[in-house]
Amino acid sequence: MNVVVLAKYVPNPNGVPELGDDFLLKREGVEGALDPGDEFGVEAGLQLAEAQGGEVTVVSMGPEAAMGGVRKALSMGVHKAVLVTDDSLRGSDTLVTARVLAAAIQKAGFDVVIAGVESTDGYTGTLPMALAELLGVPSVTFARKLDVDGGKVRIERQTELGYDVVESELPAVITVTAGATNPRYPTLKGIMQAKQKPVERYTVSDLGLSGDDATPTQRVTTVEAAPEKGPGEIVEDDGSGAQRIAQFLQEAKVI
Amino acid sequence: MTKVWVYADVRPGKVDASALELLTKARSLADTVEAVALGPGATEAAGTLGEYGAQAVYASDDEVYSDVVATAAAHTLHQLVQEHQPNMILFSQGYDARDVAGRLQAKTGSTLMSNASDVTGVDAAETQIFGGTKIAKVSLGGPDPKLVLMRPKSVAAEPHGEGTANVVPVEVEVPEDLKKARRVERHEEEATGPKLEEAKVVISGGRGLQEPDNFKLLDELAAALGGAAIGATRAVVDSGWVPYNYQVGQTGKTVKPEVYFAIGISGAIQHLVGMKESKRIIAINKDAEAPIFKIADLGIVGDALKVVPALTEEIRSRKGG
Ligand SMILES: Cc1cc2nc3c(=O)[nH]c(=O)nc-3n(C[C@H](O)[C@H](O)[C@H](O)COP(=O)(O)OP(=O)(O)OC[C@H]3O[C@@H](n4cnc5c(N)ncnc54)[C@H](O)[C@@H]3O)c2cc1C
Ligand SMILES: Nc1ncnc2c1ncn2[C@@H]1O[C@H](COP(=O)(O)O)[C@@H](O)[C@H]1O
Repeated sequence: MNVVVLAKYVPNPNGVPELGDDFLLKREGVEGALDPGDEFGVEAGLQLAEAQGGEVTVVSMGPEAAMGGVRKALSMGVHKAVLVTDDSLRGSDTLVTARVLAAAIQKAGFDVVIAGVESTDGYTGTLPMALAELLGVPSVTFARKLDVDGGKVRIERQTELGYDVVESELPAVITVTAGATNPRYPTLKGIMQAKQKPVERYTVSDLGLSGDDATPTQRVTTVEAAPEKGPGEIVEDDGSGAQRIAQFLQEAKVI
Repeated sequence: MTKVWVYADVRPGKVDASALELLTKARSLADTVEAVALGPGATEAAGTLGEYGAQAVYASDDEVYSDVVATAAAHTLHQLVQEHQPNMILFSQGYDARDVAGRLQAKTGSTLMSNASDVTGVDAAETQIFGGTKIAKVSLGGPDPKLVLMRPKSVAAEPHGEGTANVVPVEVEVPEDLKKARRVERHEEEATGPKLEEAKVVISGGRGLQEPDNFKLLDELAAALGGAAIGATRAVVDSGWVPYNYQVGQTGKTVKPEVYFAIGISGAIQHLVGMKESKRIIAINKDAEAPIFKIADLGIVGDALKVVPALTEEIRSRKGG
């Protein structure tokens, strides 16, 4: 089975995000990491290949630095990688990203594509479905649990009030929620081996895409500070904290 | 003449409240406001959708739209788009609509904006970034229809007063090969007490509660207050302390109660986006530097495991006395 896992390289998820003059998130020259959401997908992909046989390929689109995220996935045990880097892709929106990833995935071949539900920095959460549409396959999304058997995938899909069981034929795109799996830590051996693993590098034209395909349809025109509310009252609890809250609730006529 | 559509999530006997918010918004953007409702409950929803401003509702009660995930609805919506050519379609940032919008985008090649907090024109929208501290204005280009996913509760739903919707039955054939991903079971955990999105008081707990059992301190506080909904952070949901439908934040619910309690919650930006529009925010955290205090109206620096039971007692005695 050919398993493709998607990996986005994002600015340090625990850091303070910064915007450049062009209102785009600064991705170069800032510390970054494999999107924590994608670690669940990488783990799911590895488990699938371990159970079913086959190879896992990590596919990523991003700047040079995105190699960092790719390497993390390789050191977790992924077999090979595809990284698409192109200056024209700076500031691309989800449609452009979906086109690029679809072309790269088609080149690699796939039975299953696993993505995160949403990225930590962009959190649009629509890329995997656009990708599935471009690949012409079904998508099963928000999986908190997944099983693949006999050319079929069966997932528990998170819903507003509980969960649905969704089944689909393969090939398909699957998105996994945080908590769907327990991502493994790279071992020292894994980290050493990662350096030897094959990494294909592509540009937009290598994928047979044109400049039009890579033109974003959205642009941030301005960024303003949101109206701030004044600072609230902060009190150290010396045993009277509960009374202060009760008084506040009374003033608010909640009690 | 501009035409804005609302993709309405429907179920039998229920129109999603977000559809009414979207219709209210759509009225301020265009002369022609129409809705698309697909799946069981669509036709009966038309009355309500009309009250909120839909002049026409393209409706189909076919179960294919609820049994098949995304592909069937995206196919039909695409057919309708080609026939009627709306300039913009508004969706609510929910599970099903998100899947449909993502697929539609790939079919039409149009722009798709997620997490919009406002739509200011048929080619412009806004989104809150960095936990709502900044607002980014986004210009939407490319071919029509512009697709926008709006966060629930971004606008208040207001009925239009006049108007009933003209129901237009949708008769699109969904090809067999688009029915591959199917829902085979549904499991719904009916929550007790007020619904998180509707409650006047929301009491949310985070990892600072130390262990799952301590959530009962929140239940007791809720009972003393005479009813409140319980919420949680993703950290504790992922740890399995409480079910997912308690989650408040970016990947959970958006709430706007009169009073929001953040108890043992650090205040990560992904949590803040789901609750910072609450009228009053009370935070209890033992770390004076916790980011939650930046948006709290009243912050208590202290141990939640002491303050919460004391508060429950205090409220009981004030109510009793
Ligand atoms: C893509 C993405 C989406 C996300 N979506 C969401 C979302 O929808 N909702 C969400 O909530 N999170 C979301 N998160 C996770 C978010 O980033 C945080 O990790 C999470 O909100 C932290 O939860 P917490 O505050 O319970 O835990 P922590 O951050 O661990 O905070 C615990 C707090 O408890 C305090 N504390 C400890 N002991 C006590 C005590 N005895 N008394 C009082 N206080 C105490 C500590 O000082 C600390 O501030 C998302 C993350 C990502 C990457
Ligand atoms: N540039 C990228 N490279 C690889 N995967 C991506 C990229 N952008 C998004 N993804 C995948 O798509 C998912 C949803 O992303 P988003 O639509 O940006 O929220 C992420 O969790 C990733 O798995």
